[in-house]
Amino acid sequence: MPEIKVTPLGAGQDVGRSCILVSIGGRNIMLDCGMHMGYNDDRRFPDFSYITQNGRLTEFLDCVIISHFHLDHCGALPYMSEMVGFDGPIYMTHPTKAICPILLEDYRKITVDRKGETNFFTSQMIKDCMKKVVTVHLHQTLQVDDELEIKAYYAGHVLGAAMFQIRVGSESVVYTGDYNMTPDRHLGAAWIDKCRPDLLITESTYATTIRDSKRCRERDFLKKVHDSVEKGGKVLIPVFALGRAQELCILLETFWERMNLKAPIYFSTGLTEKANHYYKLFITWTNQKIRKTFVQRNMFEFKHIKPFDRSYTDNPGPMVVFATPGMLHAGQSLQIFKRWAGNDKNMVIMPGYCVQGTFGHKLLSGQRKLEMEGRQTLEVKMQVEYMSFSAHADAKGIMQLIRQAEPRNVLLVHGEAKKMVFLKNKIEQEFGLTCRMPANGETVTIATCPNIPADASISLLKNESLGSLPNPKKPRVLHATLIMKDNTLRLVPPSQAIKELGHTEHQLRFTASLQLRLPPGEADALTHLCTHLRSVLKDYSIQRLQDGSVMVESVLIKASGTADDQATQEVLVSWSYQDEDLGSYLMSLLKKGLP
Amino acid sequence: MKLYSLSGHPSLPCYILKFKFTTIMLDCALDMSSAMHFLPLTLVHSPRLAKLHNWNSKDGNKAVEKELKECAGRLFVDSAPEFLVPEKDLLDLSTVDAILISNYHCMLALPYITERSGFSGPVFATEPTLQIGRQLMEELVTLIERVPKPHASSKWKNKDVLRSLPSPLKDAQDIWSWRRCYSLQEVNSALSKVRLVGFSQKNELFGAVYVTPLSSGYCLGSCNWLIQSEYERVAYMASSSLFTTHPQPMDQAPLRGCDVLLLTGLTQFPTANPDSMLGEFCSNLAVTVRGGGNVLVPCYPSGVIYDLLECLAQYMDSAGLTGVPLYFLSPVASSSLEFSQIFSEWLCRSKQSKAYLPEPPFIHAELLHSNRLKHFTSINGDFSTEFRQPCVVFAGHPSLRCGDAVHFMELWGRSSLNTVIFTEPGFNHLDALAPFQPLAMKAVHCPIDTGLNFPQVSKLLKDIQPVHVICPEQYTAPPAAHPHRSDLQLERQPPPSTMHRAEALTLPVRRRYERVELSPEVAESLIPMEVKPGISVATVMASLSTRDNKHVLQPLPKTPASSAKKRKRGEVLSRMPQPLLWGSVSVDRLLQSLEKQGVKDVKVESVGDGHILHLQAEDSIIQLSDDSTHIICTDEGLRARLRDVLVHLLNRL
Repeated sequence: MPEIKVTPLGAGQDVGRSCILVSIGGRNIMLDCGMHMGYNDDRRFPDFSYITQNGRLTEFLDCVIISHFHLDHCGALPYMSEMVGFDGPIYMTHPTKAICPILLEDYRKITVDRKGETNFFTSQMIKDCMKKVVTVHLHQTLQVDDELEIKAYYAGHVLGAAMFQIRVGSESVVYTGDYNMTPDRHLGAAWIDKCRPDLLITESTYATTIRDSKRCRERDFLKKVHDSVEKGGKVLIPVFALGRAQELCILLETFWERMNLKAPIYFSTGLTEKANHYYKLFITWTNQKIRKTFVQRNMFEFKHIKPFDRSYTDNPGPMVVFATPGMLHAGQSLQIFKRWAGNDKNMVIMPGYCVQGTFGHKLLSGQRKLEMEGRQTLEVKMQVEYMSFSAHADAKGIMQLIRQAEPRNVLLVHGEAKKMVFLKNKIEQEFGLTCRMPANGETVTIATCPNIPADASISLLKNESLGSLPNPKKPRVLHATLIMKDNTLRLVPPSQAIKELGHTEHQLRFTASLQLRLPPGEADALTHLCTHLRSVLKDYSIQRLQDGSVMVESVLIKASGTADDQATQEVLVSWSYQDEDLGSYLMSLLKKGLP
Repeated sequence: MKLYSLSGHPSLPCYILKFKFTTIMLDCALDMSSAMHFLPLTLVHSPRLAKLHNWNSKDGNKAVEKELKECAGRLFVDSAPEFLVPEKDLLDLSTVDAILISNYHCMLALPYITERSGFSGPVFATEPTLQIGRQLMEELVTLIERVPKPHASSKWKNKDVLRSLPSPLKDAQDIWSWRRCYSLQEVNSALSKVRLVGFSQKNELFGAVYVTPLSSGYCLGSCNWLIQSEYERVAYMASSSLFTTHPQPMDQAPLRGCDVLLLTGLTQFPTANPDSMLGEFCSNLAVTVRGGGNVLVPCYPSGVIYDLLECLAQYMDSAGLTGVPLYFLSPVASSSLEFSQIFSEWLCRSKQSKAYLPEPPFIHAELLHSNRLKHFTSINGDFSTEFRQPCVVFAGHPSLRCGDAVHFMELWGRSSLNTVIFTEPGFNHLDALAPFQPLAMKAVHCPIDTGLNFPQVSKLLKDIQPVHVICPEQYTAPPAAHPHRSDLQLERQPPPSTMHRAEALTLPVRRRYERVELSPEVAESLIPMEVKPGISVATVMASLSTRDNKHVLQPLPKTPASSAKKRKRGEVLSRMPQPLLWGSVSVDRLLQSLEKQGVKDVKVESVGDGHILHLQAEDSIIQLSDDSTHIICTDEGLRARLRDVLVHLLNRL
């Protein structure tokens, strides 16, 4: 039995370090190659020694697919390709290819330059790694080799995020990466066709959450920001440079314009302007509304949002600051947070998911006394708000995607174990599908039962005996010969097969006679016979031939016309072996006599 | 498999392919050369055009004379221009299942098909094709509608009148397929039917065929189409290019070994190398500007203009002409410039990587930023305050029959300091200039057509190796302008089939196989028998279900439960086919087998090439020969036993 094997090296019952190995039809594919935000040691990267203990990965992997530019999906890529060693193709979409090296460089800088780590990938490695990237268009059917093909679908989530279908022959897997099933202010909703994969590997970040309407969340967010600013407080919104940042900027920009507010909004420098540039150049990846109006008004040119300078931190009066990174684990957002945390007028709004081990996660789990580096503790007096603006599908969205794609099996990754169990039960109940949730390093095997393709000759399919009008509701009975030769399978009519093999058909015929009570005279006898047969055999073709015989389909019936006595006549029935069922049935029918 | 040609223009194709129950239209280009017979539409009143005389017919038919104006010995129809639409009477266009568009130049007849023929299927096109195609259509409609012409002129089309007209109007082709322009509403409705596709995206049509767009390198988002089933492949090549300009390079590998290659859209100027034309364009322009003259470039709002701007900006910098303003006038100028910047995914590698920086892929962003290039919707409005001479003006329409280019022809035509440079290959420049004669302005013809030339085609054909080639009839003879250049024609063995307008052709492709899938249950139930070394056969008896033109073999349904019901409904017995028999039966083995069945008293009689076996006790006869057996037996029980004996001795399939 063919099978598909899946082993998560990361993101198995966990969020972060996404890296899933899939074996399908003799091909090995790595889906995503991310880092873990919660670790600073070896655990931050997937354990590639699982694939091979020594040496490079090239001969063990046919390709690597990156779903989007978030570091927990691509952060380990240069390490994998340049330090462990992989020279095969790495597939990603254009925006991902554009943005991913910038985030990698940023990550490298923080790790090496600020934290002083050595043995980390270098700028040159990032460049070399990106040279191995092959870009894919949405919906392009990309042939990796003769049999392995991949196809990208729009995933929402962030600019350039894609879901990937991987197909070998008639077996297929869909990997969602991170996705969002509801369109937002700058991106569209994820979409996939009814591709019926053998396996759907889906993220499950919000496995148990069913979010209220987006409108409510937005109103809530704006109210909180507005109230805080009115009171003269400072609002910190930790975000990643690309993604939610643009979404919330559009939201605040339109709100500021509508309410005619004057408090300054800043966006932490560095990536910002560049980030907005990317959004302008890749506007085809944003939602319909933005795409339609961009010639008149580009939504990514903000009037109210200004670049931030570190010296503004202690400026008096209210302000709103978007600062990176989003989980408060390093960088500018953490610096600002430390300065503002002590004042209860201020507010920090966490708009996304925070990985365990980050300050963001600690704050969200209710801790108000944070241990900083150097054994200092920081008392947090500022208000802490959490608003789910992560562009992940919630439970409803995940179910909706399953309904769209109609997979035969589901596998959950990128979520917390406890929440996964809940969703797994729900999927199994609602769809009756088997749903798996392997931990990191655990292999799941899924048996597939693909149909076997064969070349059927046209004459076979057009055969009259199948009924000339194909009725989709009524399956037709096909009698054919399968010829297996040199790894090809051909279906041909049996007669053609016999001819091809250099043989001749052997005709087997039967003739039987019986005495029947029929009106005298050949003509009358046949009329009577026909009438009777027609009344019994309604669906059959019954013809009287010129030579005084009757054909029921291709069974021949002949009345002799002469009889031993006045009442009965000898009737001959003759049929070939192909008509055996009908022939023998006619015999038993006629034996019962005529009315 | 059948092909219909609805257009006679080799670079403005419209074909219909019938392939495996599907009817697919390949492109629907609009032939606008008919507009050459019409008077230009002027936005500003032109006293010169207003003073043109009516035609003076011999028989003094005033109604017709009013419709025709005479200028420099030529006749022009005084009404809104009309265009030659694809043939409508060759077959019922409402039966077309889908339309495939290969580039934005080949879709301008779309509204005539989708809105006026009962067509109800999808139109497949890439995103740049849709967006730029929309701009071209919107521009065309706007340019025509902003100069309303109250009367439609049609009396001159009367057969008798036509015969008496002078050339070239008299010789105009297919006058009865000329139509006035569609409306904006029709454009929107037609384009709402477009389904966006990406390069190399395999699209299924009714489960029967797959259609795949492949980059053709000609313009932004342009493609060739591969139309295939599991067994047959038809390649449709529209305008393609191997020159390095801004679009993504041509993807020809998937076309290799196709059964049929339909080849259209070769360069219309095989003797004009695009690179040297570009050089000539720049130098002519520089000479004029240096002499204090102005340059008019009649052009489409998208396409070659991006390359022209890029090349020109560099050239002018090096020639010390940086200060000369460039004006781009079109109702869609700004959207054309903006859209070109967001399609980086569809551009050549060097432009693509600019977006990674992130920088706009085209240099015109910089030109706009530095105010060297300015764009306006028309000469009305802000333009008049910005206008400085000498300057370079890019404006539509390249036919010089509508748009702002007409205004500049009138404005600059009488000074020999000025130059008009024709770059678009679609219109004859002498015809375009005819209604503006007499003209003092210089006219330069630098057609830039990056389409494939004949050496490139012959190399391409060697690489692709198609089984059959079909092309427009024009390609198998040297072009009219160069009758002795036998190298400027398509030569191949076997010779290509040619087509002209309103012609149907049966393609020499015989379909022999179709894909059928065996379900795992069916596959497992098979009993293979090796008949020759390496060849095995197995009898398949299964139920064939066909959905969306896909065939799957499933195990036969188990009948007993339902048979009783069926019998009531008159279905007497299952029509289960019996296996076919082959081989022959030797008399001795048959006798042995019969004996085992208790049939002993058999008299064997040799006749001809066989035997007759008389079963004395049972009063039955078996006629036996090499390839047939006839059992004559009345006792049903015995007959069944004899049947089984024989079937057992033979091979079954």
